[in-house]
Amino acid sequence: MSIALSVDELASRSRRRQRREAFVTHLCLVLGVLIFAFPIYLTIIGSTHDVNTIGRGDVPLLPGAEAVANYSQAWGVGGGRFMGVPAGMMLMNSIIMALCVAVGKIAISLTSAYAVVFFRFPFRMLAFWLIFITLMLPVEVRIIPTIQVMVDLNLTNTYQGLIIPLVASATATLLFRQFFLTIPDEYVEAAKIDGAGPLRFFIDVIIPLSRTNVAALFVILFIYGWNQYLWPLLIVNDRSLETIVVGLTKMIGTGDAQNEWNVIMATAVLALLPPVAVVVLMQRWFVKGLTETEK
Amino acid sequence: MATLTLRNIKKSFGATAVLHGVDLDVADGEMIVIVGASGCGKSTLLRIVAGLETASSGEVIIAGQNVTPLEPADRDVAMVFQNYALYPHMSVFQNMAYGLKIRRLPADEIRRRVDEAAKLLGIGALLERKPRQLSGGQRQRVAMGRAIVREPKLFLFDEPLSNLDAKLRVQMRAEIRQLQKRLGVTSLFVTHDQVEAMTLGDRLVVMHAGHAAQIASPMEIWEKPADTYVAGFIGSPSMNFLPATLLEGGGAVRLDTNGLILPLLDGPRAGQAGRKLTIGIRPEHLQIGHGGLDMLVDLVEPLGGESVLHGKLPDGTPITARLQGAHYVDGMMGVILPLESLHVFDAETGHRLEAGA
Amino acid sequence: MEKKVYFRGIALPYLLLLPQLVITGLFFFWPAGRAVYQSFLREDAFGLSSQFIGFENFADVLGDPTWLEAALRTLIFSGAVALLALGAALFLAVQADKHIRGANTYKTLLIWPYAVAPAIAAVLWLFMFHPNIGIFGRALNAMGIPWDYKLNGNQALLLIIFAAAWKQVSYNFIFFLAGLQSIPKAVLEAAAIDGARPMRRFWTVVFPLLSPTAFFLLVVNLVYAFFDTFGIIHSLTQGGPGKATETLIYRVYTDGVMNLNFGSSAAQSVILMILVVGLTIVQFRYVERRVHY
Repeated sequence: MSIALSVDELASRSRRRQRREAFVTHLCLVLGVLIFAFPIYLTIIGSTHDVNTIGRGDVPLLPGAEAVANYSQAWGVGGGRFMGVPAGMMLMNSIIMALCVAVGKIAISLTSAYAVVFFRFPFRMLAFWLIFITLMLPVEVRIIPTIQVMVDLNLTNTYQGLIIPLVASATATLLFRQFFLTIPDEYVEAAKIDGAGPLRFFIDVIIPLSRTNVAALFVILFIYGWNQYLWPLLIVNDRSLETIVVGLTKMIGTGDAQNEWNVIMATAVLALLPPVAVVVLMQRWFVKGLTETEK
Repeated sequence: MATLTLRNIKKSFGATAVLHGVDLDVADGEMIVIVGASGCGKSTLLRIVAGLETASSGEVIIAGQNVTPLEPADRDVAMVFQNYALYPHMSVFQNMAYGLKIRRLPADEIRRRVDEAAKLLGIGALLERKPRQLSGGQRQRVAMGRAIVREPKLFLFDEPLSNLDAKLRVQMRAEIRQLQKRLGVTSLFVTHDQVEAMTLGDRLVVMHAGHAAQIASPMEIWEKPADTYVAGFIGSPSMNFLPATLLEGGGAVRLDTNGLILPLLDGPRAGQAGRKLTIGIRPEHLQIGHGGLDMLVDLVEPLGGESVLHGKLPDGTPITARLQGAHYVDGMMGVILPLESLHVFDAETGHRLEAGA
Repeated sequence: MEKKVYFRGIALPYLLLLPQLVITGLFFFWPAGRAVYQSFLREDAFGLSSQFIGFENFADVLGDPTWLEAALRTLIFSGAVALLALGAALFLAVQADKHIRGANTYKTLLIWPYAVAPAIAAVLWLFMFHPNIGIFGRALNAMGIPWDYKLNGNQALLLIIFAAAWKQVSYNFIFFLAGLQSIPKAVLEAAAIDGARPMRRFWTVVFPLLSPTAFFLLVVNLVYAFFDTFGIIHSLTQGGPGKATETLIYRVYTDGVMNLNFGSSAAQSVILMILVVGLTIVQFRYVERRVHY
């Protein structure tokens, strides 16, 4: 079949094809990267100009001189048409929320998975299925009644209200359970022979072994907590408790051209820094953890 | 049907040179076994022939045609992989038909070829199954079937028996050899197992650190290994090596270990008195007797009809003997070296020295 | 599925499970139960009196033409988002899987957008497509295309589709890349030797082996488009102009929070719950039948 064309012809075709393919691959990837980088780039640039330039629609492609002014205003005072909430305060709220949600979810899932895997007790599998079912009920679906519950419990407008309901985690529990199932029985037997009780075993053996999973989950859950929108929107009215994601969109309102766009853009950049930093710095664990929860 | 020629194949991965210039001429229908330890470059060589790697320099010529710049798809070769590499989502039939479908063979021709190959390999009943439902040996046969139906110019085998258990390996070894002889397709077979090499190949290529140390028939390699590496690699247990010096006139050597003098029956070796040599003697050639070496046996491995004895010479040099019979015990034993079974190598280069060399 | 060796005692495991069960009970099952209960009631706006009306709320919802429109709209929206996000991610993953220089840098640069919240993705796209201050918004208007997503319903829908898809590509990319890397290299080499060129290799070997991942991602993307996109809609269009970008989840919000129509909102929630449960079950069933090598 291949003898139809001369060897030389096939050879040069193959060389040309390889070069062309490599070029196309790079082109596509660069295009892809640009599509994702461009909006951020634009926003960063915008945050360094004054409000009039942006308001006029003279969208700049190079940085301006107002970086310090914009960011200090965003940080300390806030923007938007109403009394602004300082981004510094909102960042703090977001960080507290995301950290507590991530740590809380990890802690709770570690203990739950441990209980379900390493013990036998009545209703064990029932407990597991109850936790598992929650996988199918994202918060948005049950938002109204959940808010009602929070009102009844007097937990609106509090950090606890923001954080606690989000702390239960089916995904993390599932992941840990799967991981614990792969831990060889010999570890438990050795612990028993050494006289270690279950709590000791948990602290001295299970937790160190789970390090990589914990790291991966931390990234996923931190992002989850940081990116929450509907929940903080409804549970918190007090603007001093506002998270930066919600606060940012409130600043924009309906997208009036009269907004203090420069400050808003600076706030957007600030809102992106912590989560992006977490993802980029912990990328390897994160990718590993994500692709393993699938199974 | 095709001949294969490799001309000065060199390959480097970045700064690391893996193949240092390999030349090989394979006749039509020949089965060549490429054997060597891990990392010697044998798989790389095979992949270069397949087109899965590109040589840094050199040429691959199949059936007189220079295929060096061609893609694997255009070379008309078939390969059996170590892990079989069957298409997991296709049935056995579809696995075998895949290459033929691409070449747009008519459906009945495809059916015919697949059925024939399946009959040859004894897998006719498995045609509708998926790979995950097959045992290791069955998968291996499907992999071979996939190669056979293509009726290619070359068969390439990349350590296909390594993942089978010992008994199956021996059985498949024979089957592959019979099949290859019957079909008469020129074949390259890569393995690290020297027993496989000896039994399968018309000729062997013993690879060592990116060089072809020796290319010859199995018996020639066994009887006249080209250097100490080949001598130590082929044959189990490995050949014993004893340092020695050439005596005046070159007609005899003196062993360093105990001064024993051994005349060289096939002729003198060139060189000054005192030239450093290595004398090789296979464990199976050593005989019990006095006047040779004093061996302190510290381990006896009874194999049934034979025994392998491990021990040391007085100066600490390890020595192995393979003797008939059983019931050997630890302790001192005298062994003699039959002069017709000696191998002479240059101590520095390791090359075999024939008479006059 | 089970460990053969375990610890004795029941007090400790109950204790360990307690926090999660309490939270799950309080904040999942109780509200879910209340939603189901409320969906059978009609309450007045102050919650002072309620009337059991059986399935009337459901009938009202399912018979309401605007709800049905929203359902259709949600379907179109989700389908478009899933298609875009999956297609782009698969394409990029295939390119990133090739052995070219800088592959790892490309991967990092394509993964970090995972960190962007849907709401913020919306804000970024707003910055670009705002008719007055956005670079593309202005460009479109300058070219003679009357672009104002605050007035044109179709443009608004287009905008949220793109913003939502944009945000989701990273997640899909990570999974597709992992899926591609789990295909044994030797299988692709065998295909190459069998005579298959790259395109053919992709459609006859790679894509079939990738299909479990693709199916999993499809379900995840659909759930994402149904629910997580609330932030995008709320930031960009608030469901408008008119009802052009109102999806089912947004309706739950407007009916429940803005209009205080708890009964209807609850019924809508229940309907959506059934849908999600259905989707998740389908996904797990299919995932169990995945190809194992």
